Amino acid sequence: MNEAELARFVLREARLIDEKRFDEWYKLFTDDAYYWVPLVPGQTDPLAHNSLAYEDKLLLKLRIERLKQPTAYSQKPQSRCLHVLQTPEVEKSDPARGEFLTRTPFMYTETRGDESQRYAAIAWHTLVGAPGGLRIRLKRVDILNADSALPSIQLFL
Amino acid sequence: MARYRDNSRALQALVEPDRVHRDVYIDPEVFQLEMERLWSRTWIYVGHASQVPRPGDFITGDIAAKPVILVRHTDGKVRVLMNRCAHKGTKVVYDFAGNTGKTFRCPYHAWTYRTDGSLLHIPLKEGYEKTKLHETAAVGGLTPITHETYRGFVFARLAEGPAFRDYFGDSLSSIDNLADRSPEGELEIAGGCLRFFHNCNWKMFVENLNDTMHPMIVHASSAGTAKKLWEGKPADLPKPMAIEQYAPFANDYKFFDDMGVRVYPHGHGFSGVNFSIHSAYSSIPEYEDAMKRAYGDRAKEILGTVRHNTVYYPSLTIKGAIQSIRVARPLAADKTVIESWTFRLKGAPAKLLERTVMYNRLINSPMSVVGHDDLHCYRSAQEGLAAQGHEWVSLHRNFDSKELEAGELTCNGTSEISMRNQFRAWREFMAS
Repeated sequence: MNEAELARFVLREARLIDEKRFDEWYKLFTDDAYYWVPLVPGQTDPLAHNSLAYEDKLLLKLRIERLKQPTAYSQKPQSRCLHVLQTPEVEKSDPARGEFLTRTPFMYTETRGDESQRYAAIAWHTLVGAPGGLRIRLKRVDILNADSALPSIQLFL
Repeated sequence: MARYRDNSRALQALVEPDRVHRDVYIDPEVFQLEMERLWSRTWIYVGHASQVPRPGDFITGDIAAKPVILVRHTDGKVRVLMNRCAHKGTKVVYDFAGNTGKTFRCPYHAWTYRTDGSLLHIPLKEGYEKTKLHETAAVGGLTPITHETYRGFVFARLAEGPAFRDYFGDSLSSIDNLADRSPEGELEIAGGCLRFFHNCNWKMFVENLNDTMHPMIVHASSAGTAKKLWEGKPADLPKPMAIEQYAPFANDYKFFDDMGVRVYPHGHGFSGVNFSIHSAYSSIPEYEDAMKRAYGDRAKEILGTVRHNTVYYPSLTIKGAIQSIRVARPLAADKTVIESWTFRLKGAPAKLLERTVMYNRLINSPMSVVGHDDLHCYRSAQEGLAAQGHEWVSLHRNFDSKELEAGELTCNGTSEISMRNQFRAWREFMAS
């Protein structure tokens, strides 16, 4: 697995969110994966400390299925989002075990109707080389101002 | 133009026994008067004593849109002080939390105060000798605020108003139940604070907590989906905690009606007199054993009291059964920050903290799918109230004129009595 392949994967992952191809996005995660948005900088504990989100695949599924419901009132009108990524850097690489960690600073914009929010964040992808290609075991997103009073963030950073 | 400040009758006319005028939610002047009257004459939640365990420990915040410090003084007791240097108004501390040692020292001109707020030192003091400074409020230092601590919950009252016990009365039983759920009878704030910005009036949030006619509608997309995802799973497969926490939001009208609601004088009250959405959580045997060891037969009564939301009007709402609290911090008629905190029950297994943290994350985070649909409805009302042709908000559900004479009252869970009860207190404190 070379650096370019890892970077391609991270770019594609963001694109699937931006294009709202959530069912395909969901399949990028391993069965034991988590999507984590910590509440404070450097947070190490997702269980005994509050997070903005800490979702296993069941909860991710719930979010994705909810977005398809006509009764998801907060999605009338629907939100849109766009990730603008810096080139992912490979922080750790263990090809023998098939484990990689990438670090990707990005700007995230989420809009709904006349409202628009913008965040600076860093995505940390813990990737594993699974049969059929790479999978995400953990996607951690550190929002620069995660501890600010924030409005509803409805899609996925 | 001021329509309400000097017209007590107009202000009181906004609240009728079974409906309220839209201005209580959308009028900036009414909001300003709320801060000066309702939020100053009543007991407002500041923080929990466990956040400032050692002398010099402090937290900062705003109550009634005024900057305050909660600090533990060198005598071991907590104080609530205005966060305003007696000199030029600079906040003496700016961090959310920290330890200031024995003094607060203003970062601007080094005026220095003891942690009870008293003025300790002014640089080159002789420059004030022949002046009138000593005749001003400045010599009082950081203005101390009247406060009371109940089982660690610190409340402050900025102006004259009812005594603490008279104000809260038997509604304090919900705080007791929360604290009693610790085998040691003590709580500790843990896990940080989720801060969710709401672009709506603070009352829309507070009222919604015991609005039991909305969950099955508003949360159909989230809780309903949670239920569906678990349908058809083998009965012996352990239900994930997240499903246990989400699914009851989609329970039917009968469930919420049978829950029951109880109100107390001064706007306080809770739903979940008989049971609540927290009643069917899987048991944690290790915890239940610890409770039995600590309380004997009483443990059953403590754990059997499973209230939904208790509102300590107007600022604090608690959930004893899941150990989380939500605090309303109003900023403007259409701007409110909701703080959500979680407690560690001293002497309880770690799983209890994990359970409350999960609940807080799933329900109270800015990324919560439950919160998204709630906030959508509040904001939508904030905008919709501008409509022409109908200026009143209905609170008629199960109204009975006999309730006007009652103090404490228990009735069916889907009654809108908790809102009517809040507005009766509102009317009382807003009258000047």
